[in-house]
Amino acid sequence: MRPALGYVATAATAVALAVLPLLTSGYHQLEWAYVGVYACAILGLNVLTGYTGQISLGHGAFMAVGGYTAALFTENTLVNPSLTLGLPHLNPIWTLPLAGAIAGAVGLVFGVPALRLSGLYLALATFAVAVSVPSIAKRFPGQTGGTTGIVLDVHTGRWLYEVTWSSAAVLFVLVWALLRGRVGRAFRAVRDSETAAVSCGVDLAVYKTLAFGASAACAGVAGALLALIAGYANPDTFPLLLSLTILIGAVVAGLGSLWGVLVGAAFVEFLPIYAQQVSKQAPSVVYGVALVAIMLVLPTGFAGLLRRLLRV
Amino acid sequence: MAPLDLETPLRRRVRRSQVLLAAAAVFLFAGSLLSGQFAQQTISGLASGGIYASLALAIVLIYRATQVINFAQGGMAMFTTYVAWELMQQGYGRWSAYLLAILIAFAGGVLLERTVIRPLESAPAVTTVIVTIGLLVTFNGLAGWIWSAQIRPFRGPFPTRPIHVGGVAFSLEDLGTIAVALAAVTVLWAFFRFTRFGLALRAAASQPAAARLVGIRVGWMLALGWGLAAALGAISGILVAPVVFLQPNMMDAILIYAFAAAVLGGIDSPLGAVAGGLTLGVLLNLLGTYVHAATAELRLPIALALLLVVLLVKPSGLFGRPAVRRV
Repeated sequence: MRPALGYVATAATAVALAVLPLLTSGYHQLEWAYVGVYACAILGLNVLTGYTGQISLGHGAFMAVGGYTAALFTENTLVNPSLTLGLPHLNPIWTLPLAGAIAGAVGLVFGVPALRLSGLYLALATFAVAVSVPSIAKRFPGQTGGTTGIVLDVHTGRWLYEVTWSSAAVLFVLVWALLRGRVGRAFRAVRDSETAAVSCGVDLAVYKTLAFGASAACAGVAGALLALIAGYANPDTFPLLLSLTILIGAVVAGLGSLWGVLVGAAFVEFLPIYAQQVSKQAPSVVYGVALVAIMLVLPTGFAGLLRRLLRV
Repeated sequence: MAPLDLETPLRRRVRRSQVLLAAAAVFLFAGSLLSGQFAQQTISGLASGGIYASLALAIVLIYRATQVINFAQGGMAMFTTYVAWELMQQGYGRWSAYLLAILIAFAGGVLLERTVIRPLESAPAVTTVIVTIGLLVTFNGLAGWIWSAQIRPFRGPFPTRPIHVGGVAFSLEDLGTIAVALAAVTVLWAFFRFTRFGLALRAAASQPAAARLVGIRVGWMLALGWGLAAALGAISGILVAPVVFLQPNMMDAILIYAFAAAVLGGIDSPLGAVAGGLTLGVLLNLLGTYVHAATAELRLPIALALLLVVLLVKPSGLFGRPAVRRV
């Protein structure tokens, strides 16, 4: 996309998102806050899968790390008797960077063994992680509150909207800055051909692990926001379907492009709401068919479509 | 892909793994003679292991035919089990419903390969994984849409009453499950080993270009591989449904166990998938019985840990051949 057009579009989007809460009711602000959460998570997955070519079917696990971090460190007027861990209590805003940091660290740690797994094996391993998250969370009730989880204070839709979209804006700028230079080039080189990347002096281990860390940090922030919005963090907040939803959003958005992320996020938030009017299970069917159809017909997703339309 | 001479080391690996498995079998047999509870747990572990093994074998078949790891394998199995249930509701007899559902699964597998997987022949792994995930989500949604997410009882092929052998009660269902899983695997093995058709299938999977040159219709062979895998999956679904009840997500955990089994045995080894499935089934059952910390919630994480450890330490598994990549 031409740079000038890009800046105009970015500015227009930012203004639209800033004005939106003034025009809508609390309920719709909450819906849009969820869009912001998905945007952060999809952004993270896009760094890993879209830019570096490493698939993850388990980003819900990193979101769970972020969500539980936020829940454990938030100052809480409610009593969670099982959770007397003696952790410091922070303003919810400060739990967001903390969640990002901790999830990012977990991502770095997970990234090291993931170096040994390529393609299909990585998909298998991350899928298994995503499936096991709820059972692991239930196994340690002392830390996670077990099946009930941890209940958080309630916030207004407006506050949640503003916090979510401010975080999303910060993450977008950070990711954009990371991807536009040397690191971004290295990521794309790894994606396109590992052999070629190595022979150009790109250190595979360093960049793949870095991509895992950055990606997990975004997912961690998204998970913390999700816990704040939902008002609780429990095993069912982070099911397998959440991981798959993020993947669907990233595919709709277009792997390897930042432009489509908002569209992908809006898609996964609003599609179920409309499709549910047909049948409770209709969203899954539409999701699944959309995944298959997009990969077959339009593998570059919405961003690719946009690029093609603008070039004509 | 260039032909690689790995025949000798493969044979040696198989022999070493066989010794390992034989030792495990002796241990289980001796334990069963000493303790009734141990015998019971071993048999019921073998029964669930048989179910894991058949789904794992389906995954391996598809992997060997099209180098795709099919995340929709469990979803497809679940869907065809619902088909069997629906046929029974329509008044078909139990066994004809099972048979018809397996045939429908076969046709569905062939159809899926021809329509969805075929166009992705040369696509990167990320793409095919996402597509099979899409199929998984679709099948789950469709089953819920058509039959609702309500949990339903499913009439299995075997009676649930126990039989007594030397004072120890074994469930007929478990024994039947083991028998069916082993029979399915044996039939499949004989098909691949002794029929011209099976030979053509193997040729198409391992040397597509050469197979095409000798007149094998490779595309159709790969599609038939998908069909066979889907049929095998249907069998595993029908076996497991009476135990976990019929519901759209009934195969989710089974799929992970099957993945773990396939990886443990070596993702490209049919024999490994069967050995891995049985090993995993027995291992999980014995751990659950005798190790206090291994509670029911930890069954899945233990399988996951096993999956990760095998992937990291010995990605080729017990029977697989190590990946050799030409750069």
